[in-house]
Parts: sequence; C-alpha cells; structure tokens
Amino acid sequence: MNTAKLTVSALAMAAAASAADARDQIQIAGSSTVLPYATIVAEAFGENFDFPTPVVEGGGSGAGRKKMCEGVGENTIDIANSSSRIKQSDIDTCNANGVTEIIEVRIGYDGIVFASDVNGPEFAFTPADWYNALAAEVVKDGALVANPNRTWADVNAALPAQDILAFIPGTKHGTREVFDVKVLEEGCKASGAEEALVAAKGEEDGKKACLALRTDGLSVDIDGDYTETLARIAANANAVGVFGLSFYQNNTDKLRVATMGGVVPSVETIASGDYPVSRPLYFYVKKAHLGVIPGLQEYIDFFVSDDMAGPDGPLADYGLVSDPELAATQAAVAAGTAMGPLE
Amino acid sequence: MTDATVSLPRPVPQGGSLFTLDGRVKRRNAAEARFRAYGMTAIVLALMALVWLLYSIFAAGLPAFQQTFVTMPVMLDPAVLDKNGNRDPADLAKVTTVGYSKVLAASFVAAAEAAGVDTGDLKPKDIAGLLSEESAATLRTQVLADPALIGQTIEFTALAGGRIDGYYKGRVTMASAKVDSNVKPEQLVLADALKAKGMLVQSFNAGFLTMPDASDKRPEAAGLGVAIVGSFYMMIVVLVLSLPIGVAASIYLEEFAPKNRLTDIIEVNIANLAAVPSIVFGILGLAVFINFGGLPQSAPIVGGLVLTLITLPRIIIPTRAALNAVPPSIRDAALGVGASKLQSVFHQVLPLAMPGILTGTIIGLAQALGETAPLLLIGMVAFVRDFPGALPGGLFDPAAALPVQIYNWTQRGDPGFVERASGAIIVLLGFLLIMNAVAIFLRRKFERRW
Repeated sequence: MNTAKLTVSALAMAAAASAADARDQIQIAGSSTVLPYATIVAEAFGENFDFPTPVVEGGGSGAGRKKMCEGVGENTIDIANSSSRIKQSDIDTCNANGVTEIIEVRIGYDGIVFASDVNGPEFAFTPADWYNALAAEVVKDGALVANPNRTWADVNAALPAQDILAFIPGTKHGTREVFDVKVLEEGCKASGAEEALVAAKGEEDGKKACLALRTDGLSVDIDGDYTETLARIAANANAVGVFGLSFYQNNTDKLRVATMGGVVPSVETIASGDYPVSRPLYFYVKKAHLGVIPGLQEYIDFFVSDDMAGPDGPLADYGLVSDPELAATQAAVAAGTAMGPLE
Repeated sequence: MTDATVSLPRPVPQGGSLFTLDGRVKRRNAAEARFRAYGMTAIVLALMALVWLLYSIFAAGLPAFQQTFVTMPVMLDPAVLDKNGNRDPADLAKVTTVGYSKVLAASFVAAAEAAGVDTGDLKPKDIAGLLSEESAATLRTQVLADPALIGQTIEFTALAGGRIDGYYKGRVTMASAKVDSNVKPEQLVLADALKAKGMLVQSFNAGFLTMPDASDKRPEAAGLGVAIVGSFYMMIVVLVLSLPIGVAASIYLEEFAPKNRLTDIIEVNIANLAAVPSIVFGILGLAVFINFGGLPQSAPIVGGLVLTLITLPRIIIPTRAALNAVPPSIRDAALGVGASKLQSVFHQVLPLAMPGILTGTIIGLAQALGETAPLLLIGMVAFVRDFPGALPGGLFDPAAALPVQIYNWTQRGDPGFVERASGAIIVLLGFLLIMNAVAIFLRRKFERRW
C-alpha cells in the first residue's frame, strides 16, 4: 500500500515539476545526411551559448518533415532537417495542422560520389556508363535488349574489365532520388535509350522505364546507411558503391573515388557546379516556435553563420559544400522570412 | 487383465543372448549414437557461435576503454581570453571555443618545442590537429568555472584526436594515413616523438563511461554517460510501476479472483501480451503518451512507461508461478489459526513467494534494459549531449539509452565509432550479466522447496 502511495505521489511531483518549466532545449529531427552536420552545430552551440544543447534525431527527410507538420506546441519538433526540398503535400499537411509559416534554410550542398575498394583499379564514369551497367533494358546495336553487360569493359571499353556489382541507396533514401535524376535519367538520355524507350512505350512509360534497374543481382539496393555499403565493399572488393562526399572524406583510407564526367568530386568542384551529382541540403524551421523555444533564433543564426557553414567552417571540413549564396540565407534567417509557395 | 495376457501370443524368443549383438540391437545402438552425435554437434555449433560473437565484440570493443591523452602546460593568455581584463563572467563567456583552441594550439606547439621534439615541416595547424576539438571545450568550461585561472599556466590533459588514438590501436597505419585525408603520416611521426618524451600517454578511458555523446568530428570524446543515466532513469520508472502493479495483479488473479470465463480470458491475454513484438508497444507509446498524453519526446519517462507495459506480463507470469508454488497447507494453516484471507496472503504466502518474484522482476528489468525497438519510435534515438536533471524532474528531460546509443554509433561515418559501439555493447552486456547474476544469487540463497 505504501509503495503504491509513494508511486502516485512521486509521479504527481514529477508531473508538477515538468509542468512548471517549459521545454528549454531545441528539438530537431530528419535527414540522416544532414544529421552529422546538425550534431556538429548542436555540439558547438551547446558549448558556446548559454542554452542547452539541441536534441537531434535522425529518421529520414520525409519522416522529419512529417513530424514538423504535426502541429504547433511544445511536444512537436522545432526544426526538420531535409536532404530534399519540401513537397507541396508536406506544406498542405502543415497548413492543415496549423503550421502556416515555415522558414526554409539552405545550408549548402552535398555531393554524391562513386567509390570502390582502395586497392582496386581506377574508374572514370559517365552517367551513360551507369545507365548501361544497371538499367533493365539498354540499346545494343540500335535495338532495345535486356541488359547483357556483365563487366564494366562491356559497358565502355575504357573501363577496367571488372564484374559489374553496384551498391546503390535503397528507394527510401533521399540520395536515391538524386541518383535517379542526375545519373540514371541523364545516362538514359545520353545513351540514346530514352529515345528508344519512349518510341517503344510511349512518352510517360518510356521515361519511367529509364529508372527501371536490372534485377539479376548486379545492382543491389542498400536500405541501411553508408556504413553498410562500406562493409559490403570490404567484403566484395569488386563492387562499386554510392556514398555521400562527407562519408567518403572520412574513409579515404578505404575507398577510391571515381570521377564522373571527368570531374573528381571535391568541395571545390561541387561548389563550382562542375561535378554533376550534387544536391542542396535544407532545414525547415517552424516560425511559430521562434521566441517560444529559447535559443531557437540563435541556433539557426549560428548554423548559417560563416563560422559554421562558411567555406572554412567545421561543416565544410566535414564535407559540406558551402553555399555561394550563404550571405542571402543569413539575411533571410536573421529577418525570419517565411518561405513562399513552391515554384 | 488376466484374460488379455492369456490371449496375447507369447513373444517368440529372438534367439541368442543379450550380450551378443544381433542386427536389431546394433541398429538401436547406432540410432542412439547418431542422436548423441547430433546433440554434440548442435552444442558445439552453438558454442562456436557464442565464442565468435564474444571474440568479435571484445576484439573491436576493448580498445574503447583505452584512450590517448596529451599532457602539457597551458598558458591561459589573458590577451585572448579576457581582452577587457576585468574577469567579468559575461565578457568571458563571449570568448568561444575557437579562441580557446588558439590558446591550446599555441601552448601545444610551445610545449613540443620545449620538450625538444622535432616538428619537421608541419604547420602549427597540423600540430594542433593532434588534439581533439573537444579539449578546447573542456578548457573553456574549466576556465569559466574558475576565472582566476586566467593568466596562469596550468597543467592540462587533452584528448588526442581520433586518428592519433586510432594509430595506437592499430586502426590507422602509416600506409593508411598516406591516403587518409584526415591525418598525415608526419603527424603520426610527431605523435610517436611526443610519446617517447612522455607527453602523449595511453591510459584508462573513464570518460567512455561518464562523458556524453559527441558529434561525428570527435569520436574520441564520445561517451556513454547520458545513455547510462537515461537507462537508469527508465529502469527506475519500470521498477516503481511494474513491480507493485504486477505483483498486485498476480496476487489478485492467483488468490482472490473467481475462476470464470472472464479471468480465463485475462489469463490468456497476459500470456499473449508477453509474446507481442516490442515495436508494437513503441507505436502505442507514441500514440498514447506523446501524441495524446502530451509527454515530451526523447524523455526517460515515456521510455519507462513503454518498457513498463512490456515488462508487466514478464513480471506477472513468474510471480503467479511463485505464488502457485507455495503449498496450500501454508494458506490452510494460516486460515486455521484465524487469519483473514488478506492476512494469510500478505503474512505467509507473499514472503514465501518473494525470491521467485524478485528473480522474475530482475530478469524482466534486464530484458527491458536491452530493449531497443520501442525506443526508436519515441525519439530516444537522438543526439543528446546534456545530462538530464536530478530525479524526479529529470525524467522529463531528453536522454539517450544504452541500446539505442549502440544503434546510433553504428550509423556514424567516422571509423572511430565502430570501436565505441562495440565498447558500448560490452558495457550493456556487463550490466545484463550483473543483473542476471543477482537474480541467480537471490534464487539460490532464498529459494525453498517443499
């Protein structure tokens, strides 16, 4: 009996204690690509400001945006990290739940690199090579055939005669979207397959068929993260994997990076736009929480400051490609400008 | 009976003696030998799997308990740390870790030169790169806590960077450093020279158990502190809620409840509940405690409540078994000398069942401690650097938990986190082993057989 009474009173006390003080730390969730950058900023923020360190969760871009759009209030998150731009459907959900004003912040760019075992041969790819290696149907001698290529040399005589085995991100990853658009679609066009597919299947289905991959086990979807891709390459020295630039930069002793269209991926070539496979990274702030959650304004100002997101900051050090238009972003963040409708 | 035996035909003797093996006996013996061989194979396979598992965890994880440190005198330069010279805490706080890392770098270069270490062609930035970025933050905290230190030269122990630490653990080699963009071979040479002078030492890494998580840029500073506190808080919630509720429910069902359809249904459902996949409880926790109840995300209270739901059936089942094992004669004797039903239960039956109840509770808690899946959904898999407050308010602050910290670390890009994740597994296994040992001890010590 005493135990029960104690339990009840302890819980009541705890509830009272929590009701008295509001949430004082920022809560963030979303993209696992943005996660390391967000933790680096959160750590530095906690060290240098009189606010608690923000709590940063992963979970994926879509999940983060959905969580942000759940509503306004202390038990909803303040910021959603995202490796792709917010979608109209997210904005609609947000509006329906009372989240009407969202601040969009582009923090920089992320490059997607193709890398193989450090002891293997060098690769110099073009998007067309990747299309011809991985697509379900390719053009051979002017006709559409099921993909017959077994080695990279079959695809392009200039490539090493190594068996094709590619570890690409699974469909739930934001990285896959970029891979589809910037590599497969481009390669589909460049190799002439798009024309043939559109002729065979019609406009819409033909373009969709560009993204259809071979299913004979030479192209493997990785649903885990880059650490899994790395482990698979360690076990299969023949394989080529898809990584984020920052992950590659932290594992240059295990991976050999391939060029794409003749350009070596680096912070510089991505910033200049020469390296073709890159994407912007964002975070989205719930404007209604500014001024309610202590430190939120300071955190977002700090995130986009030159000390953090600038070309010499720790984020660039870790592999983020600094945004050339950072100054405009800083001004927009300082003014708290909410994003307009999507173009 | 007798008729039956008479009607049976007498078994025809198969001939020969029991001691000479005929075909049938041989076949039977062979079947037995085969069965034994299968059993042995199964056990050997299981043991090999266990040994392999433990070997891979310990081989990868034990280095996490060792860490490389750099000890040096640090001159806390007032020109950098307190420009106004008034020691005003507000002004001091304006100097960020960038300022402190400059002070640290200058002192480190000076200390290396004073020790007579040849720094070769390395730039000061590369020399300072041997130190963890965490050390600037540590120094800043130390100075802000005691501003009188400014202007003095203090003996400071800094963490070495992750790659330098990895070099002494065999993760980084001269060959890998050549192609690694995060470390240069010359830095490793310098580290060796510093080690020879005794400035760089490897020692036990207490910080692994006490420090909070760290970002991807400083794996050497990542620790389990917040995760251990978070797990501890959750276990308190589980214990405080599930023990009284579970025991009360068991006593009622076992001693007082009428045996009818309804109690049968309840019993079956408790057994079913114990078999429900734990992720389901996570979804329930998200819907009920966070979305409906308005409790905060990532808080140990929510984790504790969800784990309580998982643990309840795991406590009720062994508790009922323990109560059931107390012989009816004890109850009858108590009732016979005039005790009420309640008195017989609380004065006689419950104390006798206590060892079984405690064992069940501890094993239930141990299972809850290792539970990961439900915590994924309630925001516990997060980067949390601040320790939660004191009890009971701390239950509502964000915290991590041991199993999710492991999951978290396995996803990080820096190779240093592989070692941390395995080290965390060792810590978690250690806790589980202790809890199970306590359970076995209690059972052995207090168990009674009738």
